[in-house]
Order: sequence, then C-alpha cells, then structure tokens
Amino acid sequence: MKNMALLFCGIFAALAFSFSGLILTSEIQVGALNVTTETLEDDGEGNMIMPEGEPMFPRPEGGLALQGKQVYIEMGCMYCHSQQLRRAGYGADIDRGWGPRATVARDYILQDRVLLGTMRTGPDLVNVGGRPLNADWHHLHLYNPQTVSEGSNMPPFPFLYETKEIDGEPSPNALSFKADSQYGPEPGYEIVPTRQAEALVAYLLSLKIDYSLPEAPILD
Amino acid sequence: MADAIQPEDQIKTPYSSNDEGVRAELSEIDASIRTASLFFTISAISWLLLGTVFALIAAFKSHQPDLLSDSAFTTFGRMRTAHLNAMALGWGNNIIFAVCLWIMARLCRAPIRHGGILLIAGAFWNVGLTVGIFGIIRGDITSVEWLEIPSYATPLLALSYALIGVWGIMAFRFRKGDHVYVSQWYILAALFWFPWLYVIAQIMIIWFPARGVVQAVTNWWFAHNVLGLWFTPMALATAYYLIPKVLGRPIYSYYLSVLGFWSLAIFYNWAGVHHLVGGPIPVWLITAGIVASVMMVIPVIVVGINHHMSIVGFHKEGWRSPTIRFVVFGAINYTFVSLFGSAMALRSVSEVTHFSHFTVGHAHHGVYAFFTMIMFGGVYYMMPRLLRREWPSAGLIQIHFWGTAVGITLMVVALQTGGWIQGLQMNDATIPFLEVVKNTMPWLKARSVSGLFILVGHVAFAVNFIWMLFAAGAVRARQVPTLLVQNNKGEEAA
Repeated sequence: MKNMALLFCGIFAALAFSFSGLILTSEIQVGALNVTTETLEDDGEGNMIMPEGEPMFPRPEGGLALQGKQVYIEMGCMYCHSQQLRRAGYGADIDRGWGPRATVARDYILQDRVLLGTMRTGPDLVNVGGRPLNADWHHLHLYNPQTVSEGSNMPPFPFLYETKEIDGEPSPNALSFKADSQYGPEPGYEIVPTRQAEALVAYLLSLKIDYSLPEAPILD
Repeated sequence: MADAIQPEDQIKTPYSSNDEGVRAELSEIDASIRTASLFFTISAISWLLLGTVFALIAAFKSHQPDLLSDSAFTTFGRMRTAHLNAMALGWGNNIIFAVCLWIMARLCRAPIRHGGILLIAGAFWNVGLTVGIFGIIRGDITSVEWLEIPSYATPLLALSYALIGVWGIMAFRFRKGDHVYVSQWYILAALFWFPWLYVIAQIMIIWFPARGVVQAVTNWWFAHNVLGLWFTPMALATAYYLIPKVLGRPIYSYYLSVLGFWSLAIFYNWAGVHHLVGGPIPVWLITAGIVASVMMVIPVIVVGINHHMSIVGFHKEGWRSPTIRFVVFGAINYTFVSLFGSAMALRSVSEVTHFSHFTVGHAHHGVYAFFTMIMFGGVYYMMPRLLRREWPSAGLIQIHFWGTAVGITLMVVALQTGGWIQGLQMNDATIPFLEVVKNTMPWLKARSVSGLFILVGHVAFAVNFIWMLFAAGAVRARQVPTLLVQNNKGEEAA
C-alpha cells in the first residue's frame, strides 16, 4: 500500500462507518423518545395517542435524590452495581425479584448521566427503591454492610456517618443497631447520617420501576 | 549515502541489517528521538508501578472489604478506577508514545523534526493525567467507564492526543523512500482514530450529554475501541516490527498483513455494543455488535498465522531473546483473548459472563497478557538502541518475565473460572445472592495472589531499567546483547 490518499480514506471510512451506524443512528432512534403515559389508546382513526390527564413516565430526576445520585457517582457505586434489567427468561434478573419487568431505552431518557453498569459484584439497583428495604436498613447497610448482610464484600462507608455523644435524648435519625450488634457505637454514643448519606439513601429509594410503558408493560 | 548502495529488497524490509550505512542512518534517527522516547518510557514505568499499587489495594479490598475503609479516598470504586486510568492512560499511552513513535520514526527513515512537539504533548499528557487521577481519588470521578477523568483535566489530554497525532502525520508526510511498512499503517490509523473517538465520547457523554442510553452506546463504542483501535493496532505494529528485526527475516506474507489490517479496521469498531447484550438499547444495535465481534475471527486468525509463520523454526532463538519471548507471549494471547472475546459476544455466552468477574479477567487478558507483554518486549528492544548500552541483568529480566507471565495466567484463569461459576449461579434464582458472592471469594483471593506475582515482575523490571539508566562503567562497556539462555557454544548469558 503505497497510495497515501487511499490509505487515509480507508482509515477515515472505517471509523466513519461505525460512527454513523452506531452513534448517529441511535441518536436518531433513541434521541427522539419522549415521556409517555403508561398505555396508549386508539383515537378511532388508527393512531395511538396518549389519554389526557394520565401521569407521564419516566419521572424526572430531582431534589435530594439527585444530590444523592452525585454521591453514588462520587463513590463509584456503579462499578459493582448495574441499573438495568434483562428480560424474563434471559438471565434471572426478574426471577430474583430485582424488578417487575425488563428496562427499556425510554426508562433512561430523563437522566443526565446514565449508569447502566456492566458489573454485578452486588445486585442490580434499578428498582432497589421498590424492594422491601427501608431507609433504616439502607443506612445500616451503608455504614457497615456486615450489620445486615453478613459475608458481603461491599466496602463500608463509615465516613458518610458521624459518631457523636448522645446529648440528652438520642437523635431521631440515629442508626438503630440490634442490641447485641458488634458494629454499634460505644454506650452513650450514637451514629447519625451526614447529609451525603441522607441524600444517597433518598436516591436509592427513588430508584423504582413501578410503572408500565406502552412498549414494556408490567404483566401480572 | 546509504540509499544509493542499498539493493532494493533490503530497503523495503526493516529486518536487521549488517550494512554499516543502514545502521548509521538508524542510529541518527534514534538520537533524534532519544529525549522524547526516554521521557515517555520513564513516565510509563512510573505509572506502571503506581497502577500496580492501586490494583493491589482494589484486589485485596474485594475480599477484605474493611481494609482501608475509613476514608472515601481509598474506597473500592475510586481505587479500582485510579488503577484503570493509571494503567491504561499512564502506562499504556506513555509506552505507546515511547515505543510506537520511535518505530514510526525509524520506519519513516528520517531523523524526526519538531521533537519539541512530542515533549510538550508528553508534559500535557502526564500533568493532565496526574490532575485527573487526583481528581478521581478526591471524588470528582465521572463514573463513566474508561472516561472517569474529571472534565477539568480532559482538555489537556485531548490537546496532547491531537499534538501527537499531528506529529505522527508529519513524520509520515516527510518520510524517505516509497515503501510503507505494515507497522506504519497500524500506527498511522491508530493515531488518527483515537483523538476522534476520545473527543466524540467526551462531547456526547460529558460536555453535552446525549439523551438516555445513547450515552451508553457511545460509551461502549469508545471504550471497546480504546482496546480495538488504539492498544491493539499499536501492539500489533510493535510485533510486526520486532519479529522480523530480531529474527532477521521478513514477515511471512504481505497479503495476509493487508487482509488483517483492513478486516480489523472494518469490524473492530462495530464490536463494542456487545457490552450491552440484553441491555435497554435497540436490539438491532446489539445484533450488529455481535456480528462484528464474530467477524473479528478473520483478522485474528490472519494475524495469528502471519506471526506464527514468521517465527516458526526460530523458537530457540526466540526463547533466548527477551524481546521475542515477551512478544511471542503477547502474540499468542492476542489469538486466545480475541477468540474468547468473539465467543463472549454471543447471546448465550454473554447471558452467563456479562456482569461477572469473567469480563474482568477478559479485560486483563487483552490489555495485559497481549498488549502490555508486547510493549515490554518493545522496551527491551528499544532501550539498548537509545542508550547505546545493554540491559544490566538477565536475571532481573527472567524474574520480570516469569513474575508477569505466571501472574497474568493465574489471574485470567482465576477470574474466568470464578466468573463463569458466578455467572451460572447468578442466573439460578434459587441460590441466594449472598451465597453467590461468598462463592467468588476463593477466586478473588487467587486474583490478589496473582497481583503479587505481577508486582514482583514489575519491580524487577523497574530496578533493571533504573540500573540501566544510571549504569556504571561495567554495564556501559558490555558489547554483547543480554540474552536469557546460554547459547550453543556454552557461553554464559550476559
């Protein structure tokens, strides 16, 4: 290959091919998706339209949960936790009770940063807010996973909590360890979440796939 | 001078020449790029050691989660990411700049012009990366895989890429002679592809985030191409250059080289979507990625045959040469890792391996057992020619080879066996998740042990390198290349 121009055109064309095939077309296809109602109805002329007054999904991110997402990003949670569910019958995502249905492209359209993840050292979290785990459980689990999931290899996040002396009445948001827990504070002390921990738990509780989409209904 | 008296066929191939004229020309070129290549090599080895430390912290934390857990700076997500970036962008890119630009200069057969551009680019690169890795550790990590460097450091990196790309194209433009060797295609293409990938990924994910999962598609188009269109072509270029050089005979087939290059160029850059198999993106995209991944069998087999046929019959020679020993280890693993990769893209296999440690093993198989081992070979060949002195210790090279070869083999076997079991168990909803996690522990501990082997190898490499840099008279006076095995006459290997 001595022809410099031909070599260069080939090099250019090779990447231009996948750039237009993968990136530009998915921008056209997925970039056009919008929020929708859970189901569509026929308007009588063969068009599927959104019924008026119905709530729209997915829900926008916001508030304390959005600040919590920033903590999730800063701690690198996504390197061990995915946020996507594969369809029933492919893997055991649905069978494990991680969520009621597979997630689809539309579920992510309102997110500024999409954290699909590629690793499940820990379980998937896309619907962790829909599981029967309350804020107290999450705080104990984040402070030290061994308190509620013994044998887990998730790192503890004690630096998101403060240990302080109980001043009169215990704080209402203090972590409630079991009486015989070896991970609890010294007598007379309590462990309370920082604002970062409160935000992170708010984010986790906000992660919910509790709505249908026309292309991905929740089946009973 | 030299050109006039060279027979045509000797000019065309880069293999070792006994001709004084060619040697003089090469050493003039070596002198012109010495400062830049040395700077990049020293930077690369420093990052390699730092990256190893981050790696070990992350590895031990994966089975001993309370280790170093009192500070956010050393939490797993940040240590693992600091490791990846120090290795990929610190070690990988600096060693590419050191070895591949040197190869480019030699193949263009002209002393380099504007060496200052390389030094400026190198300074930008290493300052940008230092700032970036500090940023990751202090919490400005983006959590976008392979693009974790915070946005205040990335412009420096992008600028550095662009400068190096410009330099490469200029070196090529002002080359002497007509012939373009296969290594030059790969290096030129990679220098052009990478800045494009990097800038598009930055724009579409970080600066002006694209809508929803378009980010994920862009992310894996980019991240897989870091391997496919950057590390892989650079390592293949190095192997294509070194094998004929050391063994003194040309590459087996020119036509296989052409086929290997263009099939890689066309198929590899579609393959990245296989990281999203089963994910929430249009199914046709995933199918396209799977098809491209399987088509990668063509360039892999073609390059494998070409390298194998170039070496066959010279195994004894290869085993004695530090360069060839590392390069052959890397080239064999290129075939293995790529065929594994094609298989892993299939939906039925991905169902098990996706989300498991199997993929982590695969990534190390590619970036370390293939890419890094070939670059080690490149350093062993390049340094004596830049410094005009030999490697001080064959023993340290042996430790380097065996530490890294045993270490990475153990790591890949442990993570892929453990990962396969983990994947099967995760797909069986009757096994509690915590049980699956506990069953990965022995394999993760084996991974930590493999990391210690690799650490020993890296330390031996660094010691030998520093010794060579500040060599005393005895090392400088040595004339014979440092080989790893006694040769036939029974002489002690130096």
